[in-house]
Amino acid sequence: MSDLPITSVPPMARPRDEAAPKRPLLPLRVSGLRLTADGTALLDGVELTLAPGGCTVIMGPNGAGKSLLLKMMHGLLVPGAGDVSWNGIPAAQATARQALVFQKPVLLRRSVAANVDFVLKSRGRDRSRRDALLREVGLLHKARQPARLLSGGEAQRLALARALATDPEVLFLDEATASLDPASVLVIERIVAAARDCGTRIVFVTHDVGQARRMADEVVFLHRGRVAEHSPADVFFPEPRSQAARDYLAGRIVL
Amino acid sequence: MQSIGEAFHLALSLVLSGEADLYEIVGLSLRVSLSATVLACGIGLPIGALIAVSRFRGRGLVLIVMNALMGLPPVVVGLLVYLYLSRSGPLGFLGLLYTPGAMIFAQTILIVPIVAALSRQLLEDLHAEYAEQFRSLCLTRWQSVATLLWDGRYALLTVGLAGFGRAVAEVGAVIIVGGNIDHLTRVMTTAIALETSKGDLPLALALGIILLVLALGVNAGVQALRMTAARQAHV
Repeated sequence: MSDLPITSVPPMARPRDEAAPKRPLLPLRVSGLRLTADGTALLDGVELTLAPGGCTVIMGPNGAGKSLLLKMMHGLLVPGAGDVSWNGIPAAQATARQALVFQKPVLLRRSVAANVDFVLKSRGRDRSRRDALLREVGLLHKARQPARLLSGGEAQRLALARALATDPEVLFLDEATASLDPASVLVIERIVAAARDCGTRIVFVTHDVGQARRMADEVVFLHRGRVAEHSPADVFFPEPRSQAARDYLAGRIVL
Repeated sequence: MQSIGEAFHLALSLVLSGEADLYEIVGLSLRVSLSATVLACGIGLPIGALIAVSRFRGRGLVLIVMNALMGLPPVVVGLLVYLYLSRSGPLGFLGLLYTPGAMIFAQTILIVPIVAALSRQLLEDLHAEYAEQFRSLCLTRWQSVATLLWDGRYALLTVGLAGFGRAVAEVGAVIIVGGNIDHLTRVMTTAIALETSKGDLPLALALGIILLVLALGVNAGVQALRMTAARQAHV
């Protein structure tokens, strides 16, 4: 067998895309990311590399650009300058291999089960997985209920089930537990941790320092649209290097 | 005032009498206007949804034209449809002129812009809520359109109602393309116009009252459906 490049193989002899091993999505390289609005730099030259595996928590004061960065990494926002590179995979393909859970869950005006069915169907996945997903997030008993009657915590769990239904290689969570009660927060954290243990790369934006301590393998601290610090969690929390991060962890106002 | 009281009395006795002619007119009115509404929804809703999710050069102009077409004069529509359906017209071979089919055709044209423009506004608001989720899920434009139409279905009933209201109340188009032929194309509005021209005002008013009650009934039915949906939190 000669070592011919793949392009020289006749098309009919090539394995089908879905049968072929996928190129890994990670590492992610973010370089020189900028976004300005009305002359104000919202993101100002963000440089970041995310390696495969684990949970990265993005922290920072309000207006630091956390959600913007998350949405740019996921491909929902186009940067003014700079580049988001998912291991050389085209942006649209990369987005399809990720999922994002928003701070405010956007639920379809359908039943709980139909919300999950919708995602499974749109991704061509087997709908028989729906009950397992709902069981995983503790909503199987509410499968027939209208989704918009769920409580805040339940709605977020459903959003999480929908995200997991896409089998994401990277799961983004944008302050997904903000405004939830402590019990709901822990349930969400347990589900996310289980996904991480199964190999899903987690990128979690949160203001909750306690949650960040529980979840993070590494922390990216944003300040004024820049990465002020990017460290392993066991380094960041005991000894933050930047003054802004020290002030933030101490509960002082960070300007 | 005397004629209004008389009209109410006459309307009631007409309904109670079970007169076949009256029920034929009422039935045809409902058949023509409901058919036109269904057809217009089938055409107008996807157009409204597609425009709601699309951004393209000249979109503003399209919206202006679409909104302007909501005020299409029925007589102008009737005249255009007449020209198309008349024997020498491009659609004359269909032989639809002076049939309920022609009336449905004219009313459909009349209310498609209403359905499209109103649904566009409504679905654009819904899309603003769903847009990021759709993009995150990498939905195609047509998947987005289908999802918006399904999720907005109860709210869109109101759009259908607006279209039905316009259709059932118009007289200009149906009288031109239908001809107000007894037992064939006579509907409530054309019958009212005829009785008014004959000077039989109580009968015209009585028919008007029945028409109003019909419109109220359809509205009440749709409203009840919407309230049921709201109770199930689908709205």
